[in-house]
Amino acid sequence: MSEPLLQAEGLVRHYRIRHGSRLFSHPATLRAVDGVSFTLQPGRTLGLVGESGCGKTTTARLVLGLLPLTEGEIRLQGETLPQAGSMRWRELRRVMQMVYQDPLAALDRRIAVGRQVMEPLVIHAIGAPAERRDRAMAILQSVGLQAHHFDRYPHELSGGQRQRIVLARALILSPRLLVCDEPISALDVSIQAQVVNLLLDLQAEMGLAYLFISHDLRMVRQVSHEVAVMYLGRIVERGDPDRLFAAPSHPYTQALVSAIPVAHRSGRQRLILKGDPPNPVDVPTGCAFHERCPIAVARCRTETPALRPLADGRHVACHLAPGAADA
Amino acid sequence: MGVPLIDIRGLTVDFDAGQRVVRALHGVDLAIHGGEAVGLVGESGSGKSVTWLAALGLLGNRARIGGEVLFEGRNLVGAPASDLEAVRGARIAMIFQDPSSSLNPVYRIGQQLAEALQLHRGMSGAAALAEAARLLDRVGIADATRRLRDYPHELSGGMNQRVMIAMALSGQPRILVADEPTTALDATIQAQILELLQEIRRDSAMALVLISHDLGVVAENTDRVCVMYAGRIVEDAPIATIFEAPAHPYTSGLLAALPDLEGPRRRLLAIPGVVPEPWNLPLGCSFAPRCPEFERACEAAVPPAIELVHGHRAACIHARSGSA
Ligand SMILES: Nc1ncnc2c1ncn2[C@@H]1O[C@H](COP(=O)(O)OP(=O)(O)OP(=O)(O)O)[C@@H](O)[C@H]1O
Ligand SMILES: Nc1ncnc2c1ncn2[C@@H]1O[C@H](COP(=O)(O)OP(=O)(O)OP(=O)(O)O)[C@@H](O)[C@H]1O
Ligand SMILES: [Mg+2]
Ligand SMILES: [Mg+2]
Repeated sequence: MSEPLLQAEGLVRHYRIRHGSRLFSHPATLRAVDGVSFTLQPGRTLGLVGESGCGKTTTARLVLGLLPLTEGEIRLQGETLPQAGSMRWRELRRVMQMVYQDPLAALDRRIAVGRQVMEPLVIHAIGAPAERRDRAMAILQSVGLQAHHFDRYPHELSGGQRQRIVLARALILSPRLLVCDEPISALDVSIQAQVVNLLLDLQAEMGLAYLFISHDLRMVRQVSHEVAVMYLGRIVERGDPDRLFAAPSHPYTQALVSAIPVAHRSGRQRLILKGDPPNPVDVPTGCAFHERCPIAVARCRTETPALRPLADGRHVACHLAPGAADA
Repeated sequence: MGVPLIDIRGLTVDFDAGQRVVRALHGVDLAIHGGEAVGLVGESGSGKSVTWLAALGLLGNRARIGGEVLFEGRNLVGAPASDLEAVRGARIAMIFQDPSSSLNPVYRIGQQLAEALQLHRGMSGAAALAEAARLLDRVGIADATRRLRDYPHELSGGMNQRVMIAMALSGQPRILVADEPTTALDATIQAQILELLQEIRRDSAMALVLISHDLGVVAENTDRVCVMYAGRIVEDAPIATIFEAPAHPYTSGLLAALPDLEGPRRRLLAIPGVVPEPWNLPLGCSFAPRCPEFERACEAAVPPAIELVHGHRAACIHARSGSA
C-alpha cells in the first residue's frame, strides 16, 4: 500500500464556553471533536456522516490546520502538519483545499468568477498573467464550464455553475486532497447528480483524494471508498460503504440508515430513536449514545466503548456489536 | 371517488415585479379527497409553496391569482378576507416552510397554543390550556403541562416542529398542508416527525398534503404524488406508478439522478442544463431544452395533461401509459 496522504490520530478539539442560565452560568467544556482517527490514501474518498453538531466541520477544519488541535496529530504525506500561518503550512495548503456548502458565500459577488478562479495562482505567485488565464480557462473546461463564463459575476450563474466555480478555484493549484463540506446540499436534485459525477471524474483523472462530508447517505455511498459515522465528536462506526449501509452494526448507524426515506422498504424495519441528540457539553458517561439506544445495558452507562475491528474489516464502537473483537 | 374535499382548477399566479409581471403558476389542477395523503415534489422554485399560499389567500396584493379553489361549496379565489380567515387554520391548516416565521419567540408556547384555540374553537382560560397540554402530549412532547411554560428557544428544532404541528392541529383541520416540515431537521428527528404525521392522519381521517423536494420522503408518507416543474404539475400518479412506470421524462430524470442505497453503484444520470427562470420560459413544453426525448413538436405548444389511466396524468406529448 502506498504512503497515506492524510493521517489523523486522536484528534481532539474542545471549546471552553459558559454554560447554564445567564445568572448561574459556569465555565464548561464543549467536546466538539473528542478523539477522531482515520487515514486517507491518495485517490480515495472518505465519507464523513452524522447529525448536526457531531463535529464534521470541526474535523474538516482541523485537518486543514484552520483550527488548532487541543490534542492529536495530523500528518500530510508523512509530514506533521506545521503550525497554521507558517511558511511551510502555506506551502502545504497548496496540497489541500476546501469546498464549502454555500457557493455564493464562498465567492466575492463583486469580482468576475474567472478572476476568482485565478486568485490562488496570484497569491502563490505562480506563472505570468497570461499563463494564469490559460490555466484558469483549462480548469473551467474541466469542471464543465465554458470560456464565456470567465467574465460572469456569481449572481449571473446558477447554483450548480457557482459550485463548479468554487471547485475550479480549489483545483487550480492541483491539490491532492479536497475537503468537501456539504458540497451539494444547497443544490437542486437534478444538479446534485451533475456535481457528484464531476467529482468522480476529477478523481479518476487527477487522482484526487476527498474527505466528503454530507448528511445525504445515498450520495455518500455513491462517492466513498470508506465511510465514518460520527456521534458526539467520535467515530462510532467505520468501514466499507456497501457493508455499512446494507448491514449497519452500531445501533446509531442502524437508526441513521433506517431514517433514510426510500421508495420500497425491503423488509427492513424502521427504527425510530427517542429524543434528541444530547448536547456536546453534557456528553453522557459511558457510551455517548446509551440514552437513546434501544439495546443499551448497564455496562453502556459506565464504560466508553473503543472502536474495535469486525471480521469484515469494519470498525465499530459498541459493547454489544456481535463479532467485535475485544481489545 | 365522490366530490373532492378541495378542487383546485386552473390556478394561476402572477407576481408584479415592478417593470414586469412574472407568472409563477401556469394553471394548476389538483383535487384532493378526504383522508388522502398527497405529495407535492419538484425542484426549488417550481411553485410548490406558491400553489398553497395562493389557494389560502396568503400571497398579498403583489400577486394576482386566477382560476378556482373550490372548498366546501365556495370558491376561495377572490373570497372576502373574513371567509378566508375562517377557513385558514380551522378547516385547512398549513405548516410553513420557514419555521421561524410561525412561532413567536417572545411568547410561551402555551400562550400561543391557547390563542390558536381561542381563534379557531372559541376556547379560553383553563379549558384552552388543558386542550393545549393535550395537543402537546398528542405530538409526543413529554411532560406537556410543564412545557407549556417554555419559550420556543428553550426547545430543540425537533420539539419546535412538534409544537408547530400541535398548532396546526388546534383547529381540527380537514386538510393539513405541511410545507417541507422536516427539511431543517436531522435524519433521526425527521423520521420521528414523519412518523407522527402518519399517526395523526391514521387517527383523524384528515387529508395531508406533504410538500417536499425529496421523492423518498413523499414515497414513504403519501399515496399519490404530483410532480411540479416550472409552475405546472407535469405528472400526477399513485406512488407505485411514479417509481415503476413514470410517464413524464422529467420524473424519469429525477429518479435516475438519485443514487440507490443498496445494490451495485451505477453512474448517476444527471439531467443536463438548469431549471428555466420564470420570466424566460422556453417555447412550448418548459422541460423541452433538457429533455432526452425532445423533438420539434415539443416547442409547438404547452402539452396538456393527459389522463393515461384512471388516476395517472402526465403533461407530455410522448406520454403513454406505463412508459417514459
Ligand atoms: N467556535 C466555537 N465555539 C464553541 N462551540 C463551537 C464552535 N464551533 C463549533 N462548536 C460546536 O462544536 C460542535 C460541533 O460543531 P460542527 O460544526 O463541527 O458540527 P457539524 O457536524 O459540522 O454540524 P452540521 O451538520 O450542523 O454542520 C457543535 O456543538 C458546535 O456548536
Ligand atoms: N412573493 C413573491 N414575489 C415574487 N415571486 C415569488 C414570490 N414568491 C414566490 N415567487 C416565485 O414563484 C416561483 C415559485 O416559488 P415557490 O416558493 O412556490 O417555489 P417552491 O417550489 O416552493 O420552491 P422551494 O423548494 O425552494 O421552496 C419562484 O420562481 C419564486 O421565485
Ligand atoms: Mg458542518
Ligand atoms: Mg417552497
